[in-house]
Amino acid sequence: MDFQVVILAGGFSSNLVPLVSKEVPKALLPVANRPVLSYVLDLLESNNLKDLIVVVEGEDAALKVGGWISSACVDRLHVEVAAVAENIGTAGALRAIAHHLTAKDILIVSGDIVSDIPPGAVAATHRRHDAVVTVMLCAQPVSGPSESGGSSGKDKTKKPACEDIVGLDSWKQFLLYIAKGTEIKKDTRVNKSILCAAGKMELRSDLMDSHIYAFKRSVLQEVLDQKPAFRSLKQDVLPYLVRTQLRSDVSSDQNNVEENGNGKDNMQNNEVVLSQILSNASLPSFHQVYESGLDSRKTHKCCVYIADESKIFVRLNSIQAFMDVNRDVIGDANHLSGYSFSAHHNIVHPSAELGSKTTVGPHCMLGEGSQVGDKCSVKRSVIGRHCRIGSNVKIVNSVVMDHATIGDGCSIQGSVICSNAQLQERATLRDCQVEAGYIVCAGGEHKGETFARR
Amino acid sequence: MESRRNPRAVVDPKVRQVGFFTSSQPDSSSTQQQQQQTDPIPASASSPPVSTISPSGNSLSPVMIPPPRLNSSDTFPLRGAAAGASSAVSPSSFSYSNRRDFPDGSTTASPGRHSRGSFVKSSTPVASSLPGIGMDSMAAAKSSSVPASGLTTVSVATMPPGLAEKASGMEVQSDQKKNSKPLKEKTTKAERRAIQEAQRAAKAAAKADGGKVPPGTSASVASTSVKVAKPAKPSTQKNEVSVAAGVTEKKGGPSEKDRKKDAPHPRMQYDDESRVVKAKRRAVVKQTEAKNRVELFRHLPQYEHGTQLPDLETKFFQLDPMHPAVYKVGLQYLSGDISGGNARCIAMLQAFQEVVKDYSTPPEKNLNRDMTAKISSYVSFLIECRPLSISMGNAIRFVKNRIAKLPITLSESEAKAALQSDIERFINDKIIGADMVIVKHAVTKIRDGDVLLTYGSPTAVEMILLHAHELKKKFRVLVVDSRPKLEGQLLLRRLIKRGISCTYTHINAISYIMHEVTKVFLGASSVLSNGTVYSRVGTACVAMVASAFRVPVLVCCEAYKFHERVQLDSICSNELGDPNAISKVHGREDINYLDGLTNNANLQFLNLMYDATPSDYISMIITDYGMVPPTSVPVIVREYQKEHLLV
Repeated sequence: MDFQVVILAGGFSSNLVPLVSKEVPKALLPVANRPVLSYVLDLLESNNLKDLIVVVEGEDAALKVGGWISSACVDRLHVEVAAVAENIGTAGALRAIAHHLTAKDILIVSGDIVSDIPPGAVAATHRRHDAVVTVMLCAQPVSGPSESGGSSGKDKTKKPACEDIVGLDSWKQFLLYIAKGTEIKKDTRVNKSILCAAGKMELRSDLMDSHIYAFKRSVLQEVLDQKPAFRSLKQDVLPYLVRTQLRSDVSSDQNNVEENGNGKDNMQNNEVVLSQILSNASLPSFHQVYESGLDSRKTHKCCVYIADESKIFVRLNSIQAFMDVNRDVIGDANHLSGYSFSAHHNIVHPSAELGSKTTVGPHCMLGEGSQVGDKCSVKRSVIGRHCRIGSNVKIVNSVVMDHATIGDGCSIQGSVICSNAQLQERATLRDCQVEAGYIVCAGGEHKGETFARR
Repeated sequence: MESRRNPRAVVDPKVRQVGFFTSSQPDSSSTQQQQQQTDPIPASASSPPVSTISPSGNSLSPVMIPPPRLNSSDTFPLRGAAAGASSAVSPSSFSYSNRRDFPDGSTTASPGRHSRGSFVKSSTPVASSLPGIGMDSMAAAKSSSVPASGLTTVSVATMPPGLAEKASGMEVQSDQKKNSKPLKEKTTKAERRAIQEAQRAAKAAAKADGGKVPPGTSASVASTSVKVAKPAKPSTQKNEVSVAAGVTEKKGGPSEKDRKKDAPHPRMQYDDESRVVKAKRRAVVKQTEAKNRVELFRHLPQYEHGTQLPDLETKFFQLDPMHPAVYKVGLQYLSGDISGGNARCIAMLQAFQEVVKDYSTPPEKNLNRDMTAKISSYVSFLIECRPLSISMGNAIRFVKNRIAKLPITLSESEAKAALQSDIERFINDKIIGADMVIVKHAVTKIRDGDVLLTYGSPTAVEMILLHAHELKKKFRVLVVDSRPKLEGQLLLRRLIKRGISCTYTHINAISYIMHEVTKVFLGASSVLSNGTVYSRVGTACVAMVASAFRVPVLVCCEAYKFHERVQLDSICSNELGDPNAISKVHGREDINYLDGLTNNANLQFLNLMYDATPSDYISMIITDYGMVPPTSVPVIVREYQKEHLLV
């Protein structure tokens, strides 16, 4: 279909700091004991996209990600990993791999999404309108563990009310305006010419940009070349394209070339008639109307695809999101996890050992080879592989990664225990994050703390 | 004998279908040609229109077809006679004669069992080896397509066949179909024959177990056919009865049959449930049928609007064999981004040009055959998106004809260039060139002070009006429009921009407005050979009112849209639009009074797309061959149809 897929897997994201480390780049953070990248790869594979480019920030991270992919996806996918310098932003990353992009259109997928929205839909919309960029919008996720009833975290999950503000035309096909909700303080500017041309604009705050884009390659590369200051796709390139859709600089060169080519042709007249017939046949978008109104104006289209509300979409971009994703994949969105659930709606690996009088509730997951002592209680939590958990331990709404050791009598609520971390006896954690390899002393009571070696 | 000759022209291809399906597409068409050349006698007055239809274009051309005759037993002697006669005409082309030539030695003793065994043996390697080959080549293509510099390839797909099979059933199906071909070519003729014999025998055996066929039928069939293939006959017959009873169209060569599996017939009767279910199973586009349909139009497909597009969109990457250009055009048909006969036809042809450009013959395949099959699969996809218009049917027939006629000696690049230029020429000559000529003719009919009425937004009429305006003729235009498409508004906008004075009204006011009209210019989707104009719904109404007011009605239609079909009403062949379009007004929630009634069992929506204007109401048809009365349409069809295909 002449599409190339680029997965922007990021590097060591700063807002996930205690969770990610030198050993675990963001793309390999476990969600239900699988790296988050695997969800993206699965989604793409199920859509028959098997030729992928994964862009990772930093050589080390690239090596790690590459190593994981080669072990996990060999024989299934044709994946190439590109390492780019750190902190050059998404636009910079694309600039760095621009010479590898050859297809007509590029599908750019963020590497940290857990979703079941078919990316084909974006591509199809993109093609149908012959757009310069197509953005997938999806409903704002319900953040925080509110619906799962966890008492923890409620106070700290007050996110900004709206993440993105998007303006759509009346048919909900074109993107007229986009801004990050946090950037807008009191007032904002809306391009008047776009508003006039479209006639009507619907501003919505209940949709958010899902970081799945389809770009026309030529345009994307042109913008990246012309605007070296652009760092981020979402914050620079996309708003730029949306802003300039009625006074397009980007695709103009190409059109001129085409027109010149036509001019040489003897069949020029026919060509004109041909294009006229074709354009007259369809309902003109406001772009065309605008173009025809003012001669020598070039426009380009920025389209949107609005995902169905029943589809699941979560981005792993904060610690809270990490908790939410883990909870959802084991709970509501369990078809994404790829595991088969037991009758109790949980997954306990056959090699896991449970002590006597230990209960594992629904929406839980117990990884391979983990040992749980006597009289423990595990609720709505994910426990990784080869963890050793003592007796009388209570784990609620938490994520415990591989090889963690938890001493007797610990109580863990709404926390993340990274791999190889150790909790000594009777430690009580609530809304805490424990860095990989960290040792929490015995008997301490902690609330909302981050344990990391300075 | 004379009485049998006419039916023969119709029955012949059916007999051919009984034969060997491995025989090539160009073969069958060339034999048909041969038949035309060597046997001018049956080309009596009535038969030429029938015989000019090449088998490759058959399923697309919406031909009026004789009623199903297979149900009655009296066809069998007829078929036998036909077979006999045909073998006399061109002995090499038909299976019956082939079978007669067949060396008796290999099939004498118990043909069924013996050959079945051989079939099993030879078929197992097909299944095991070929998908592997396909995957290998795919993987190779992949690894070579991406430049390796700077990227680290961490994982290369060398998919086991099983995995790929899971990926998409459709792909695998087509793969197997494709893959089985080269192997077939490797086998000798005798082996192939044995395989087929065995397949047929197996089918027949399965059928006999079911006991569905009365023994009498098979016996009578067998007695007319050659003795060797006794069990073969009922199975094929069943095939025909089940697949094509209502379709009742001439069937061409083997690819025709393959395509039958892929595509619903363009004129499938959608009230026949069993066939609809079958068609649905192989459909690419998910089609949820609308619930409340008007009884009279039940035979037409009507789908729940809004379910198709999202579904097709999500499958974007899964339809691997689909060419992106074709896919885009299909999406545009489905979403209504492109409408109008000319535009749809041009868009399709341009997509086909892209297809030809990107085409490369797979190894061990023939360009002519493989490309025809490809185009057929694309066409079936387009049909699923929206039923073909007659103009598109003609264009497809042209493309296929050109492919079939490509000399085998041409190299691939030459053949591709030739095809591309052929398609280009079709667009330029038959569509745009034709419009130019029509404009030239029609402008002579516009005088100063005229009040011209047009309905909808016909391309040809628009060009006429614009040209007349350029010639500084003084006239006024009445644009009549109708809900729900309101295409007239677009036309109106363009006319006003050029400075033509216009009046805009809806079709409800037609009887009032007709008083002041001096001429009516209409477009057409197709002109049928009885002079009936098949066009946008409402055209018949306009034409009728005009003729009642003694206003001349001029229909502008390019000759490539002419068709030899005869249609007396707009019921038997039509298209149903989205019922929501007439029940809702976009953007006006305050007047959507029918909200919530859409699924009421007592309410049925009918949104017809086309209607048929009887020739009585039409004064003149302006085409690229001049201005003719509607009675002369058959002449144009007869004289120029062949030229269409040849260009």
